[in-house]
Amino acid sequence: MTTASTLEASPAALEVHDVHKWYGTQRVLDGIDLTVRPGEVTVILGPSGSGKSTLLRVINHLEKPEIGHVSVNGELIGVRRHGRRLKELGERAILAQRSRIGFVFQNFNLFPHLTVLDNVAAAPVATGKLTRPAAQELARELLGRVGLGDKAGAYPRQLSGGQQQRVAIARALALRPGIILFDEPTSALDPELVGEVLAVIKDLATSGTTLVIVTHEIGFAREVADRVVFVDGGRIVEQGPPGQVLDAPRHERTRDFLSKVL
Amino acid sequence: MSEPPGAAVSLAEAPPAHHPAKPLTAQRVLPLRRPGRWIGTAVVLVLLAQIVHGLATNPFYQWDRFRYWFLRPTILDGLVITLEVAALSAVLGLLGGVLLALARLSGSPVLRAVSWLYTWLFRSVPLIVVLIFLYNFSALYKTLSLGVPFGPAFVSFDESRLATDMAVAVVGLSLNEAAYASEVVRGGILSVDQGQHEASAALGLPKSYQFTRIVLPQALRSITPNYVNQLIGLIKGTSLVFYVSLLDLFGSVQTMGSTYPGDIVPLLLVATVWYLILTSAVSVVQFYVERYFARGATRTLPPTPLQKARAGLGDLRARLREEAAA
Repeated sequence: MTTASTLEASPAALEVHDVHKWYGTQRVLDGIDLTVRPGEVTVILGPSGSGKSTLLRVINHLEKPEIGHVSVNGELIGVRRHGRRLKELGERAILAQRSRIGFVFQNFNLFPHLTVLDNVAAAPVATGKLTRPAAQELARELLGRVGLGDKAGAYPRQLSGGQQQRVAIARALALRPGIILFDEPTSALDPELVGEVLAVIKDLATSGTTLVIVTHEIGFAREVADRVVFVDGGRIVEQGPPGQVLDAPRHERTRDFLSKVL
Repeated sequence: MSEPPGAAVSLAEAPPAHHPAKPLTAQRVLPLRRPGRWIGTAVVLVLLAQIVHGLATNPFYQWDRFRYWFLRPTILDGLVITLEVAALSAVLGLLGGVLLALARLSGSPVLRAVSWLYTWLFRSVPLIVVLIFLYNFSALYKTLSLGVPFGPAFVSFDESRLATDMAVAVVGLSLNEAAYASEVVRGGILSVDQGQHEASAALGLPKSYQFTRIVLPQALRSITPNYVNQLIGLIKGTSLVFYVSLLDLFGSVQTMGSTYPGDIVPLLLVATVWYLILTSAVSVVQFYVERYFARGATRTLPPTPLQKARAGLGDLRARLREEAAA
């Protein structure tokens, strides 16, 4: 983790500034402010419908916020400064920004018609970062890292859920992102497969990658998180080190939620 | 059903004396006899035999004249024209269909409206009307038909009547085909899971790559059977080009039929058999194309007929060996 002196020198890995998001009359995000330091592991907890997933999707601009803005490593996402206002970026620029932000879905969303190796190697080639042989070499290395070195030639549907999610993590890593967002990465898995995916994420957490993880795995949060953020009703109710938020929550709503999930 | 009531009892008892070595569970379960199925099969076979007998022996069909006409140069020339018109229209129609489908799914309201309008128009007007309309149009404005925005093939066509008729036929069929193909393609694109679009966007894949490498290959799995349906309709639809004075397969048959009125039945049979051959060829190609696009969608690919035959043979051999051993 970072010390106070380096904190001031380098920009925040992620900065969410007063983000509001609504669908029609329904407020999903209601003024979210969040700062994540480089290398920090943040776990977002909250009841379903509290806006956790929407927050992640706003960060890589899969959803546009109505008010507020997000920056990753000092770079505004989806918009640019235009005088005193913010102007929407073109599609190409947004896609380029997304390639620097890893995203792991609840339902994996692997490409079923491509082999595991091609799933991982596709993005670096398509975005022009690597040549095809170099991307395949990287893909093999990453598949080895998530423990699937022997599955390179398989198709996603021939794998278990846990294996598919590990491929999805390798696919996100292939773009060498500065930050990786996990949207309930273990919620679609059978209980006995959850461990293998959490082990891979834990390995990333200890290697100093900036991670933002939406999850319901409280034990995992306690183990790997530098910070736990509790969200309810589109607002951050409280945040702090896991020891504080999980063991001595200050807010009634946090206590209520934890008593239900623990 | 037909087993004696004692059969159930023997399950619980010791195995019969002539199978001392094999325990009961290791033996093949005797398949259920289905007499109704056998009777139905026999009835259908008798009916089929009657039809074949009628086809073969009824002098009405004049099979000797069929043999005479089947590979005549006039018929084969017509077949070539049918193939040319069908192939060109299939390719141009599909291209047009993809563009129309993309326009229909785009964010621009103008593109969406124009695409919808096009599909509405060409699905409403009968193909024969389109063809005859174009035919008269090209007769009046010879140069204008160059400007029809469908591929470079027509830019270079000469003044000869055949080339013009060919262009009219291909343009007419393509315009019609594109309207239907656009709906087939659009349906295929919509069938791709939303998560695939999201994953492509989240990885920052360029838009064109998202479409050509992620969405379209998955859409083609459901596009293929529907488009082959279209294609078969198109092959048969080419018979209408006779009305814009193009001598395709049907046109040749029709012309020969009016010259030799006694041969009209065998000539129609010649056309029927050729259309059957074309459709069968398309169906064989369809099987392998579908199998190709099924990669990853199913855990194991469906076996090819050859693999199926080999597996069936192996199965039969195993069963025979088992019975010989018993």
